[in-house]
Amino acid sequence: MIDVIMPQMGESIVEGTLTKWLKKPGESVERDEPLFEISTDKVDTEIPSPVAGTLGEILVQEGTTVGINTVVGRISDGAGAPAAAAAPAPAAAPPTPAPVAAAAAPTPPQPASVVAEPAPTEETAGPLSPLVRKMARENNIDLSQVRGTGAGARITKQDLEAYLEARTAAPAPAPPASPVQAAPPPPPPPPASATVVQQQAPPPPPPPRTQAVAPVQEQAHFRGEAPAARVEPMSVMRQKIAEHMVFSKRTSVHVTTVHKVDMTRIAKMRDRVKGEFQARHGFSLTFLPFVMRATTAALQAFPLLNSSIDGTNIIYHRDINLGMAVALENGLIVPVIRNADEKNVVGLQRSIADLASRARSRQLRPDEVQAGTFSITNFGSFGSVFATPVINQPQVAILGVGTVEKVPVVLDDAIAIRSVCYLALTFDHRLIDGALGDQFTQKVKTILENWSEEVL
Amino acid sequence: MPEVVSAAALCELRNLGRMRYADAFALQQQLVERRKRGEISDQLLIVEHPHVVTMGRNGHDENLLAQPELLERAGVEFHRTDRGGDVTYHGPGQIVGYPIVDLREWKRDVMAYVRALEQVLIDALAQFGIAAGREAGATGVWTEQGKIAAIGVHISRWVTSHGFALNVATDLSYFRYIVPCGLTKPVTSLQALGCRADRDQVVAALARSFARVFDREMETYD
Repeated sequence: MIDVIMPQMGESIVEGTLTKWLKKPGESVERDEPLFEISTDKVDTEIPSPVAGTLGEILVQEGTTVGINTVVGRISDGAGAPAAAAAPAPAAAPPTPAPVAAAAAPTPPQPASVVAEPAPTEETAGPLSPLVRKMARENNIDLSQVRGTGAGARITKQDLEAYLEARTAAPAPAPPASPVQAAPPPPPPPPASATVVQQQAPPPPPPPRTQAVAPVQEQAHFRGEAPAARVEPMSVMRQKIAEHMVFSKRTSVHVTTVHKVDMTRIAKMRDRVKGEFQARHGFSLTFLPFVMRATTAALQAFPLLNSSIDGTNIIYHRDINLGMAVALENGLIVPVIRNADEKNVVGLQRSIADLASRARSRQLRPDEVQAGTFSITNFGSFGSVFATPVINQPQVAILGVGTVEKVPVVLDDAIAIRSVCYLALTFDHRLIDGALGDQFTQKVKTILENWSEEVL
Repeated sequence: MPEVVSAAALCELRNLGRMRYADAFALQQQLVERRKRGEISDQLLIVEHPHVVTMGRNGHDENLLAQPELLERAGVEFHRTDRGGDVTYHGPGQIVGYPIVDLREWKRDVMAYVRALEQVLIDALAQFGIAAGREAGATGVWTEQGKIAAIGVHISRWVTSHGFALNVATDLSYFRYIVPCGLTKPVTSLQALGCRADRDQVVAALARSFARVFDREMETYD
């Protein structure tokens, strides 16, 4: 069996994502025939097979990111001896895919030499961050004793910390995260040698491969355990959401103010009309269009909340386009109700029902998720009392609506049952002062508490 | 006068004008194979595509906001392709560059290659007074007003294909078909930044910049 490794496609590259196997186990492959594809950043690369043979097993599944030099699969060579566990080491002599061998030329020792390092375990995981190397050096840690839990079994800072902790508590029985330690200590390799050496210019001659079989068995041992974690790539939507959230937090100074609103008046009206509303319009009446209607009125009164920042300018938007966050199965999207101030409660509820259902079935048109000037998120529908939402850039505020629930309230020194909800306004403190944020939210509250508009 | 001999390797510049995505892709594949066999020098193909949305191998359908039928109605082709990166748009007013370079004769380093492509674009833009740069973790070329050039690359035995797309006078509204959730950062173009340079000037600047960054001598065949 010949190990196929994750090649190093450049000096700065420490890991790659295996995106696609082009052969299935049991299929034969020619030397230099594309075997799998990897992706690093915006580059997809086909990796050719190092030898002709049959793809024996796949050790790294598609979509997994592993460190360079990780064994991703095995090929039994032409002789077709799958009894290759016992195969003599020389068979594995050139385990590097052809162009990669060339690739590694400036960074001397071939992966083969890494496999053959005395370190018996995941030393093959290869790349270590400078921090980890430094920690290992300073604390005189034998890295072969540390079990990596990072991607591709890389050793992380946390692993070293856990190891150090366990070591300090010296004879303590079986420190949790390291079944490796139970194994008798291997001949002490020079600390961190495997990886540090690779960085140096003059290549030391690759050590003889006499121990090639042992590491393989070690790895098999590890694969036999249930993994402590599962690695899964983010969907593109998730990546975009993550990017946007970080971007927003980095851009705006988020401050959240929470106001309590008595929704009893609206709750009663809603109870009174909801049957007929449903019959007449074909969708049900919720609290959300009331909050939206009050919000558009408050935005008209306080136009700074309906603006954006552009450098040192403030852009006041003419239109009031309300974004509404819709939870999807694995993400969220914020469709926009254009000119929301021109719609009454029925119109708003119609837009909400329509946009939410089309968002979930991915039928939104592109222009329906653009040009929002202010957003509302209704986490109350999931039972949240209040939360601190993140601003949807480049807007400057977002209103979160908590769940409406009946609570005991003191009114005129008597205890009454009222329908109450919390409105949480997150605003960009660069532009909006606390007083303005509160005035705005009070305006929304006042309109809701004194609701007079007919709905039907 | 003694003949001036350049030490730089040659790179053939092919300015192909308007070409459908599928045709350009077929041409690239053909040239990649010939480059692997050493029959031709490095190539820099310059094309302009009709409206097309392409999705890389790692692209996810959910990142395509518009349904394929909607794209079709809007006259936008849709292709899945084998470059890195996810989904992108090409269309009129954009300069698409497909360098076919054997990295074994440059640096055997795919990240260095991507950074070099960025440098080519940054240097070319500087010739028009546009300050552009990189953003950590977001391959491509960025200005303060947004992303101006996208990069996606495929490599097979160290020979590159696909490449970059620079917005010169692109109708940026087409990017709405691929903007998920309205969450991505904005895109921009030379024109949107107030630069009046025409396509040929920008192609010439790109070729100069490419020659310098990759240390190639550009040859033009018409």
